[in-house]
This record gives sequence, C-alpha cells and structure tokens, in this order.
Amino acid sequence: MLFLTAIAAIGGLAVVLATLVAVANKKLYVAEDPRIDAVEEMLPHANCGACGFPGCRPFAEAVVTGKAKPGKCTVSSDEGRATIASFLGVDVGAEEKRVARLACAGGDNVARDRASYEGLASCSAAALVAGGGKGCFWGCLGLADCERACTFDAIVMDGQRLPVVDEQKCTACGDCVVACPKDLFSVHEASHRLWVACKSQEAGDGILEDCQVGCTACGRCAMDAPGLITMRGNLPVVDYQKNHQTKTPIQRCPTGAIVWLDADGPQKGAAAKKIIRKGARKDAPT
Amino acid sequence: MRSSPHSKTFAHGVHPPECKDDTSALPIRQFPFAPVQVVPLLQHLGKPAIAEVAEGQEVVRGQRIARPDGFMSVAMHAPVSGVVQRIGLAPAISGRMEPAIFVRPFPGSTQEPAQGRPVDARTATPEQIIAAVQEAGIVGLGGASFPTHVKLKLPDGKRGDTLLINGAECEPYLTADHRVMLEHAADVMAGIPFLLKATGTERAIVCIESNKQDAAAVMRAAIPPGQPVSVEVLPVKYPQGAEKMLITAILGREVPSGGLPIDVGTLCVNVATCAEIGQLLPRGAGIHERVLTVGGPGIRKKGNYRVPIGTPLRFLLESVGYEPDLTRVFLGGPMMGQAVSSLDIPVTKGTTGVIGFTARETGNVAEQREHPCIRCGYCLEACPIFLNPSMLGLLARNEQHQRMADDFHLMDCFECGSCTFVCPAHIPLVQHFRISKRAVRRAKAAGK
Repeated sequence: MLFLTAIAAIGGLAVVLATLVAVANKKLYVAEDPRIDAVEEMLPHANCGACGFPGCRPFAEAVVTGKAKPGKCTVSSDEGRATIASFLGVDVGAEEKRVARLACAGGDNVARDRASYEGLASCSAAALVAGGGKGCFWGCLGLADCERACTFDAIVMDGQRLPVVDEQKCTACGDCVVACPKDLFSVHEASHRLWVACKSQEAGDGILEDCQVGCTACGRCAMDAPGLITMRGNLPVVDYQKNHQTKTPIQRCPTGAIVWLDADGPQKGAAAKKIIRKGARKDAPT
Repeated sequence: MRSSPHSKTFAHGVHPPECKDDTSALPIRQFPFAPVQVVPLLQHLGKPAIAEVAEGQEVVRGQRIARPDGFMSVAMHAPVSGVVQRIGLAPAISGRMEPAIFVRPFPGSTQEPAQGRPVDARTATPEQIIAAVQEAGIVGLGGASFPTHVKLKLPDGKRGDTLLINGAECEPYLTADHRVMLEHAADVMAGIPFLLKATGTERAIVCIESNKQDAAAVMRAAIPPGQPVSVEVLPVKYPQGAEKMLITAILGREVPSGGLPIDVGTLCVNVATCAEIGQLLPRGAGIHERVLTVGGPGIRKKGNYRVPIGTPLRFLLESVGYEPDLTRVFLGGPMMGQAVSSLDIPVTKGTTGVIGFTARETGNVAEQREHPCIRCGYCLEACPIFLNPSMLGLLARNEQHQRMADDFHLMDCFECGSCTFVCPAHIPLVQHFRISKRAVRRAKAAGK
C-alpha cells in the first residue's frame, strides 16, 4: 500500500511541476527575433572576435538590430556577407580589409643570434630568459607562437624562422598581436603599403652588427617625405591619415627597413643593399 | 633531521648540492674598473631614475648621477671617477634595452669615493633615515632589487615588532653574504639601529643557515652590548632565504596569500643590504659597488669580489678567466638566477653572483627530454608554499592561465624552482608558471 502512496505523491508532484513549467513557458516567453538565429547560421562560427563582438551570436544580434553592418565580419566570404545583407535588406557596409603586419624583417639570413636558447620551444618562454637568444633585443624570436595562435592558418614560418602573413587568409582577429611577446604584430588596413619592418630603438649603425635590415634611425625617409613620416623613438612613424600612396620614402633607405608591400612581397628601395648571408653567426658564450 | 636547538625551519623545500666550498673561504677582493662602466637607470623594481649628468661631464666616484623619479625609485651613483661618455641604451637582464649612463674612468684618479651629509642613527628621525636610504640608492641586495626605503616606510596603521636580517643565503654557489657577515660584521651591526629606528621595530634577529657556523659566531661576538639583537641558526634547506619561508621558520608566522611580511608584524632585510646601510649612511655616501660571488665550474679565478656597479659581464669574465667550454652564465644562483643572453649586460645592484657552467653541467639537452607528468607528487612535497605544481603544470600546458590564478593560487608562486628541481619528468614547471603569470598580468592590465 505504501508504495502506491509514494507513486501517487511523486506523480502528483510531477503533474503540478509540469503545469507550472508549461504556464511559465507561456507567461514568461521572451520574443526573440528569429532572424538572429538565421543570421548566426550564415556566419562562419569562428567566434574569432575580429568584428569587435565577443562571438558570432552577439554579432548576429548587433547586425539584426542594426548596430553593426554585415561587412564587419571579415571571416565571411564576399558572397556570405552579401547573403546576410540581402536577407536583412541592409547595406553590406564595405569594411576595409585589415591584416596583421609584422614589424621585423630579421630572419636567420640577415640577423644573428647572440646566444643559443635551450628550453621550451615557445617565444613567450624564450622572451623570459633575458629576452631570448636573438641578437636584436626587439627582434622576432622565430619560435612560432603566432603560427600556433592563428586560427585561420594565415601565418606560416618561412625558411628563415620569420612568420609570413597570408593576407588572403588573415581576418585581422588580433590573436597574433596578443601572442607575440615582443609586440611585433599590429593590425593595419591592407591598403597601407608603406611599412616600417623594424622595431629597434637603437640609433646608429650599432644595430647592423645584429641585423643587416635594421633601422639605423638615419632619418632619410622622414626627410624625403616631410609631414608623412616623423622620427619618433629612433623609428620612422608613418602618418596613415595623410596621402601615403607614395614609394618616395623607401628609395634612399640604406638597409631596407622601410618597405613597400605589394603582391610580390616587400619591395625595397634602390639604395638598400642586396643582403645575402647564410646561417646565424655565434660568437658569445652563454 | 636535526634535533633542537636547530629545529626551527619550514615545511617542504629541497636540498640541492650546496657547492659553496670553492669560494666560502676566499676573502672579498676589490675588482678593477672596466674600460667603460655601464650604469643602467633601472636597477630596481619601480620607475627608472632620471639622469642628471650630461655627456662629457666629469663625475667623481660615488657622486649622484641620477635622481629618483618619485617614491618608487632610487638614486644612482657613479661607480668610478671619470667622464660620462654617453647616455644610451644598454642590454639588461630583463631582455630589453634600457637607458644607461656610460662612464669612462680616469686612469690617474685616486678614486676616492665622494661623501655627503652623514646620518646618525641616534639623532635622525625615521623620515630622515628613509629619505637617506633612498638617496643612497639602496635596494634589496639579495636579488629582488626592491627599493629598501619603500619597505621601511610602513603602510598606515601597520606596525612591526621584529626585524629579520636575512643571512640564510640558501642558493647554491653563492657565498657573498657569508663573506660579508665574516668581514663586515661591524657594518651589519651599525646598519641594524637605522632599520630598527626607521620602522619602529623592537628587536632584530640575524638568521643564518647552519652551514655558516663561523659567520654565526662572528655575528654573535659583534653584537654591541645592550642592543636588542640576537642570532638564530637554521638547518640548511632551500628556499630558506625567501622572506616568507624565513618568517615561518623563525617566528612560526605565515604571511597571508597576496600579503606582505608587515601583515604579520615582520620586516625582512638582506644582510648585505643591512651592511651597506651601516657603511654608507654614517658617511652620507651612495651605493656604487657591491659584493658578489663569481664562481661555478666554468670560472677560473673564483672568488668573492667587491665589483663596481655597471661592470659589463664580458670584462668581468675576461678578468677572472673562464674555461674554454663555458656555455652558460647566470646572474644569481642556479636555482632562481637568470641565464644571460648577452655578455654586454652589466652588473647591477641586484646581482648576487655570476655563475658560469660548462657543457659538463648543462649536459645533453636531448637526454633531458621532457616526459609526461605521471602525477608522482614529488613537486607537491617540494613546494614551500603548498601549491600544486603538478596541476598547475597541466593547466599551463592547456593555457588555462586565468584558472591557474583563480583556483590554484598561481600568483603566490615566487618561482623558487623547487618543483622543477625535483621533477623526474624534467618538466620546466617554473618556466610555464612565469609565462602564465605574465599572461594573467597582461589580461588584468588590458581589462582595466
């Protein structure tokens, strides 16, 4: 008899709770725009954050409510963005293509190591051991933290232990910017072709001992493009607000630290030496 | 285990080989000046000092050449009489190029150190002593380089009752503090009244490990009559010289997580720092040289030297001579010290020793291949602050930095290296933790 009571009690409780849930579902229903789900479905699900929102769902909400344009999603293809725009009947919002750029050109062929680092094969680990083994204290350590951090396989290490960004694949999500312990990456508009590929703050030819393509802070580029380029902290700084579609500043650069990036890779000025050196040089015991 | 009276110690810890016999009996010797002395403006934790000399200016040994920038900063003094060659960038152990003053010595100078306004421990007020310590450029000489005057300025509402003079020197190879206690006992005793007066503490205890019985005897004999100073001898164990461990060992007090020694009414000052205070303040001088150990199997003329601040390592190593197969140079001891990446790095106020290893000690890297963690628990028994390095290591591998900090007290780790020392799988735990700590700090700074 006792078990019947138990079944009745539990069964009764179940009925009561089920009713409550059913009523609550009706009463407390939050009307959500069904287009959010649809738009989220059209997004690439990378959750990379390049759009400035925490993930694809918040971005979909923003697009539907009109707070963002579909073009903000740099990971979607052109057709994908157009589909979302036509689905919502809004403007695509042409977002300028942005890519990650590396402010170092000191691969193994031109830059030397000052010590050989032995330990965890990671830039962030090496950077903690007195800055790593690279001769230049600002230079790329070449242990591929950025390559591992990149979700889109847009960064590949070349034969000289220097990362190369594939501008087609890069979505400007900024993961490499965070991963690099030397802060060499920054996100730029792809149309910015004038680029200072060096972070050395040393003035004079001392840097050439460690890296043949380092900036010596000679200031020629700033002289040739007054207003556009200013020297700050022994490095040229390009003011991209001005008309920067000029190759003049790279022409007299003695080391090729300031370059013109186009489809074939970085172009150096005529004065920049053709730099050929094989392998790293080691002369200090540590 | 030793029986009492040597039973005061802390739980856990490790026993690395001491390797102190080569240099512990060698008296401190004055080191010559390098052709160019490189004095970095940032040799301490805090803000860099501001240079107040110009290129081409003549300076006198001990003269102030940079003034402190605010309270979290100390003055810098010329290590040698000479001329300021230039003010430029020099490599630092932090892995960055830091601004430094390059001083070229005058060959004919008498090198008589400059003196300033003397400070008397009996008449000076605590504020005057704290200002004088900052003006003398004194930082913690035990390796951390924390500005001493900041430590002496107790936070509002905090009071201390005990001052610990840290002569544990638990790092292998290092014998500089040992020699300071033997040869400069009077300076240590002269420094204690300054520290007691500045902080209002009642007593001082000089803490020495039992492998330095001779130093303990000298220190006991040097205590002036009527001074509230005693000497405690502790059993040898690493990392006893860490201030939190020392406080636990001597007083049985535990510094709370994220807290400071003053939270348990204690202050901890390195014995060499105390000796410098005792030596410099009565003369009104600034710190321009320090005692350090140059040793290790890769070094020929090992010893304890009084080295001018700013001596480049290249000159130091060439002067003492090194074995041809020298492969690695450390600043500090092998447990907590840092391998250098450039021999142009100068000796700074925080350099406790320069240790050279040859290929025989650094060994075959391939043999020390990292193996997976089998959770043997050796690291848990080694960690002096009872963290779980094994779990932290696994989380670090998965880049769960924030979780390490939130749930496993990562930020309390002071990187003593005990866990890495005992790990049979050769997992570079401390290196992982340092990366994670940096990531957590960066995330915190970005979140603000």
